[in-house]
Amino acid sequence: MPLGPLPAAVPPSWYLTLSAILFALGVLGFLLRRNIITVFMSIELMLNAVNLSFVTFSYVLKRADGHIFSFFVMVVAAAEAAVGLAIILTVFKNRQTLEIDEVSSLKN
Amino acid sequence: MDALLFMIFAAIAVICGINLVVQTHPISSALSLVGVMGALAALYLLLGGEFIAAAQLVVYAGAIMVLFVFVIMLLNAGTEKKLAIRPWGKYLGAPLLLLFFGMMAYVVQRILPESSPVVFGAFQGGTAAEIGRSLFTVYLLPFEVTSVLILIAILGAIVLARKEVD
Repeated sequence: MPLGPLPAAVPPSWYLTLSAILFALGVLGFLLRRNIITVFMSIELMLNAVNLSFVTFSYVLKRADGHIFSFFVMVVAAAEAAVGLAIILTVFKNRQTLEIDEVSSLKN
Repeated sequence: MDALLFMIFAAIAVICGINLVVQTHPISSALSLVGVMGALAALYLLLGGEFIAAAQLVVYAGAIMVLFVFVIMLLNAGTEKKLAIRPWGKYLGAPLLLLFFGMMAYVVQRILPESSPVVFGAFQGGTAAEIGRSLFTVYLLPFEVTSVLILIAILGAIVLARKEVD
């Protein structure tokens, strides 16, 4: 990746590198945070990073298929958010906590 | 101009992403995530994805994030407790994550060694008409299956939120 004066346009690999950065940040948040809602938002960040990759590849291959895939990812993310937040609500109703370490009924 | 716009929005996305991970209050994280999604929508526009950029703003930043903020407000979620990082996690975590990122970046540079730069307007296939044609011809079956998925998700959310599970 050449440094120095900024070129007029950036190659697609820069977009993919940005996607990798965002995905790594999502993994970091997923592993580091203890609040169940923030963990969930880190997952959404990872999904967004993957979407950026899809759209970039769509540009490189000059086909619209990547856009369709990222559309499906959005739909799945919406369904996931609805069910996941309902689960979080139920967990909070039963345990009065959002700490992910205190919800460990399935451990051992 | 294209490179400048990319730099601006990439910087916004990365800063908001770091803020998401660093903040301890979930509402700050949620607002950072909205920032990431807005910046990504602008990048989709640069890549010629008009429909996806609009859908990103409407579905992600609009609907899903409102749902998140709504739940955070409803549960009155406060700052999370200071976490105790295990020693191996403290010393191995950052290098492993950097290695993970480095491997992804390396693969990216390998598969796209010298491709033509991204110019705004060079790809016109991302309009709503093109996406719709593709969605209702080639991808008709996945599209219909998606509607079933959404229906199941609605039912699941209602059942989960209504009943007392113990």
